[in-house]
Amino acid sequence: MILTLLILIPLLAGVLSFAMSGGAAKGLSLAGSLATLVVAIMVSMNGVDSFSVPWIPRIGTSFSLAADGMSGMLCLLTAIVLPVVIVANWNKEVENAHSFYALMMLSQAGLMGVFLASDAFVFYIFWELALIPVYFLCSKWGGEKRVPVTFKFFIYTFLGSLMLLAALIILSLQTTGADAYSLASIKAAGASLDPTTQQWLFWLIFIAFAIKMPIFPFHTWQPDTYEQSPTPVTIILSALMVKMGLFAVLRWLLPVLPQGVAYWSDVVVTLSVIGIVYASLLAIVQTDIKRLVAYSSIAHMGLMSAVAFSGSAVGTHGIMVQMFNHGINITGMWLIVSMIENRWGTRDMTKMGGMATSAPKMAIALVIISLANIALPLTNGFIGEFMLFNGLFSGTSPYAMTFMIVAGLGIILGAVYTLNMVQKAAYGEVAPMVHQKDISANEYVGLAVIIALILVLGVYPKPLLDMTAAVAGVVTP
Amino acid sequence: MTNLVYLVPLFPLIGFLINGIFWKKMPKSAGGIIGSLAVLASFCVSLGIFFEVKSLPEGTVLPPVELFSFIQSGSLNIPFSFQVDALSSLFLLIITGVGFLIHVYSTSYMHEDEGMVKYFAYLNLFVFSMLLLVLGSNYLIMFIGWEGVGLCSYLLIGFWFKNRDYTNAAKKAFVMNRIGDLGFLVGMLLVLLNFGTLSYQEFFNALPTTQVAGSTYNWIALCFFIGAMGKSAQIPLYTWLPDAMAGPTPVSALIHAATMVTAGIYMIARSNALYNLAPAILDFIAIIGLATALLAATIAIKQYDIKKVLAYSTVSQLGFMFLAIGVGAYTTAVFHVMTHAFFKALLFLGSGSVIHAMGGEQDIRKMGGLGKHMAITQGTFLIGCLAIAGIPGFAGFFSKDEILAAVYGHSPVLFALALAGALMTAFYMFRLYFLTFRGKFRGTHEQEHHLHESPAAITIPLVVLALLSIAGGYVGLPAVISEHHTLATYLSPVVSNIGAHHLSHETEWMLMGISVSLVLVMIAVAYNVTKKASFAPNTGIAKVLENKWYIDELYDAVIVRPMAALSRFSDKFVERAGIDGLVNGVGKTVRWGGDRLRLMQSGQVGFYIFVMVLGMVALFAFSFILTN
Repeated sequence: MILTLLILIPLLAGVLSFAMSGGAAKGLSLAGSLATLVVAIMVSMNGVDSFSVPWIPRIGTSFSLAADGMSGMLCLLTAIVLPVVIVANWNKEVENAHSFYALMMLSQAGLMGVFLASDAFVFYIFWELALIPVYFLCSKWGGEKRVPVTFKFFIYTFLGSLMLLAALIILSLQTTGADAYSLASIKAAGASLDPTTQQWLFWLIFIAFAIKMPIFPFHTWQPDTYEQSPTPVTIILSALMVKMGLFAVLRWLLPVLPQGVAYWSDVVVTLSVIGIVYASLLAIVQTDIKRLVAYSSIAHMGLMSAVAFSGSAVGTHGIMVQMFNHGINITGMWLIVSMIENRWGTRDMTKMGGMATSAPKMAIALVIISLANIALPLTNGFIGEFMLFNGLFSGTSPYAMTFMIVAGLGIILGAVYTLNMVQKAAYGEVAPMVHQKDISANEYVGLAVIIALILVLGVYPKPLLDMTAAVAGVVTP
Repeated sequence: MTNLVYLVPLFPLIGFLINGIFWKKMPKSAGGIIGSLAVLASFCVSLGIFFEVKSLPEGTVLPPVELFSFIQSGSLNIPFSFQVDALSSLFLLIITGVGFLIHVYSTSYMHEDEGMVKYFAYLNLFVFSMLLLVLGSNYLIMFIGWEGVGLCSYLLIGFWFKNRDYTNAAKKAFVMNRIGDLGFLVGMLLVLLNFGTLSYQEFFNALPTTQVAGSTYNWIALCFFIGAMGKSAQIPLYTWLPDAMAGPTPVSALIHAATMVTAGIYMIARSNALYNLAPAILDFIAIIGLATALLAATIAIKQYDIKKVLAYSTVSQLGFMFLAIGVGAYTTAVFHVMTHAFFKALLFLGSGSVIHAMGGEQDIRKMGGLGKHMAITQGTFLIGCLAIAGIPGFAGFFSKDEILAAVYGHSPVLFALALAGALMTAFYMFRLYFLTFRGKFRGTHEQEHHLHESPAAITIPLVVLALLSIAGGYVGLPAVISEHHTLATYLSPVVSNIGAHHLSHETEWMLMGISVSLVLVMIAVAYNVTKKASFAPNTGIAKVLENKWYIDELYDAVIVRPMAALSRFSDKFVERAGIDGLVNGVGKTVRWGGDRLRLMQSGQVGFYIFVMVLGMVALFAFSFILTN
């Protein structure tokens, strides 16, 4: 029952916000997201939990939710990110604020549903529910090129959604028994399919998730969308929504089509690994700071995706840890980026400089978050990255070592583009600023949460590891 | 005492936190005192640990001190734990001892700088990371320290962050180290894959009994050495170190001479059990070490920046250490790490004193005759030069002589080359000494008027280091003088040397005689050359040396620019024109199709009915086919 609260609270807050004034909607959203955080902490401490009521028996679907270590962790991440974003942007003027916050909260409800659904039909509904608010957020509150960019984003993800829906219907037709769409039935149905069917069905599902993560070459919606979206929306997209893709691979693809996965895994890992190097190279030449962070995120997701298909338990455990940590770090990165944009009035890195002189607190935050982004030891990014490389290296593929070494180039290139960014934004002489001020109080709170998580989980990652060990299939003595 | 080992890194960590959090409000001198006291406290604990380890009965191996479980996932279990033994306790003393002196020196050297508290915060963070590096009981903790010192190096090279050249140098250092770190990472993963552990004790115990392919040892050893190449500035990853001189001079002394850059030697000495099983890699290390020693020495001959000479000298000396490792004389390499820490820190701090007196000038062509104005700096600098050149009685003589003897036992050809390197060392160091302290002053009148000896906070560390540069060698007397080698005995539980050729006393005397007399000749040559130095623009080979063999230009042309071109190509042609073009093409096709389909919505009811009937027929046909 408590699981439904994770969906209901933001849903209710969202719906009510539509009918309120902007300020009240902001307050309600913060209250709602904090209440969700409390529930999410309880859920993640409870461990395994489930909830189910009949829904549309005719097609064999019931409204079933289930929490385990992975979904609990992702719900917790979602519940942490939302209030941080709301607080950090508290003083920012937003047009039609009530709709803006309403859509943010609806999106959170959708995300929670995606992470908790244990019925394929429910999963699909929430998958769409999470995305639709984001389309509106991008197209209404985005930058100059928001309309064509949202169109492109929509085409990409809608195409993926259609393929996913088709695949789920095909799978549900193979099931026997009443709960045609339950995860267990879908798994049984998938496993019963002959290898050839699994092999083509694999692509229907994979492309849907690959677009979401995104994996090279299905990624070009992402830099444009991140660049054009308002920062809170970019954070929802990059910290949380991309995790939907990876989560879905782990929950709805790997166990469902084992033979299809086995057949194509080397191809997928190759694409992912190429994506790491490719996105890193592109990040090096970006002058727009938002696009740089966007490509950096593609590189990080590429590593997680590669490991997901390498068949290693430690690696899978690493993905869980890294999904959380990447969510935290990229949130921090976007917060800083939006502060930079606010202070310097530009996203062009060639026009920045001197933050360490003019806004030293912000510069310290930028450096710490950047170090987490390049997985420096004793930041949270390192724990996950070490486990991921370990997983990729000890994977079942005969090319495991090659994959690891090519992927490893990412840690060198990552240092290049991240330090470039730090150098251009923080060092040098002070570039002309629009607003001459360091971090404000509400921004300070948001960044403090992020930095505390970076350092605590970097030094003592045990809570996160314990939480997700059982789902990753590693037995912890 | 060994149970309290966590205190050693804890004190600098506390110092870092205090100075780091209150950097804005803290008075400058308080920052310096807190930073220095933190390292002094560590030094005291380290001293206690050292003597406790020394008094242990032979054959005792202390268990690791485990603090908490760091990464645990299934069978992968990596604790956050420390290993106290002869090797780590020796490095503790070097790091905290030399570190403390350099902190004291910095309280005066950095006093005019507005960022002094921040500086001490970074310096404490560095000491903390370096202590983690040598204290870890497994490779992952070493790696944490390894990247941590890299970060501090980055922050301190770019300490004066307004200067773009400096921040470029910082970035270059970090990225080049990351290349090595990738090697280190792959090495760790290979160890994990084949031995299921990263703990030193478990790994070394498993080495003789675990069945693995013979080449596995070589691969692991090679990967770790790649890490060492980055951190310890060996060919081909050495070019960051001379650029790193952009940082404040005490930083060059501590990080880029005495401690951090010797981490690679520590790593391989620590892994001696592994390297003894990989003789091919040892040969490779010897070649790289020797080549680096010679290349850097040739460059040092033609440099005019006082810190650049010392930087190339450091690269060259590190090469000698790897040469020692390559011939299996790990103890000798560690011995040279120690003596080098003393005399190179001394030389760098001395150069800092000079630069201070010269008002920031680093070009030795504009110096000369400084000895008249700064006697302590001159005297201690001379001791440093005598030590590095290998004059009997000074610390460098003992360790370098030991390296040369070990190399001779391995191969006389290598010995001849190494001797050439040692002679170049004597030449460029005394060229530096004579040009700086002797002859006539060549700078401006204003500078000459300003010349002065540095205050006590600077000269006392110089004197202490000078004493160490003399006394430090007596822990390792040559076999011809004494059968008892204190350092080798101390390290013997942890380090087992291989391929030690016992030289006859006559041979050893002869080698010593050759090297010492030739070194004296080189000093005389340096004196003559500098006396009539004209500083005309260099031509021919001298110009090549002055421009560092154009290696930076080569890397730029072969790696940096092609990579940038590849990035731009990917951005322009693959990403935008290629993938995005395709996607937008699909979008355009859909729109185009939509425009055409729209024409069908003509508003004529007859046409609609026609299409409806067509659809129904199609549906019936479809279900008919399906049911049959």
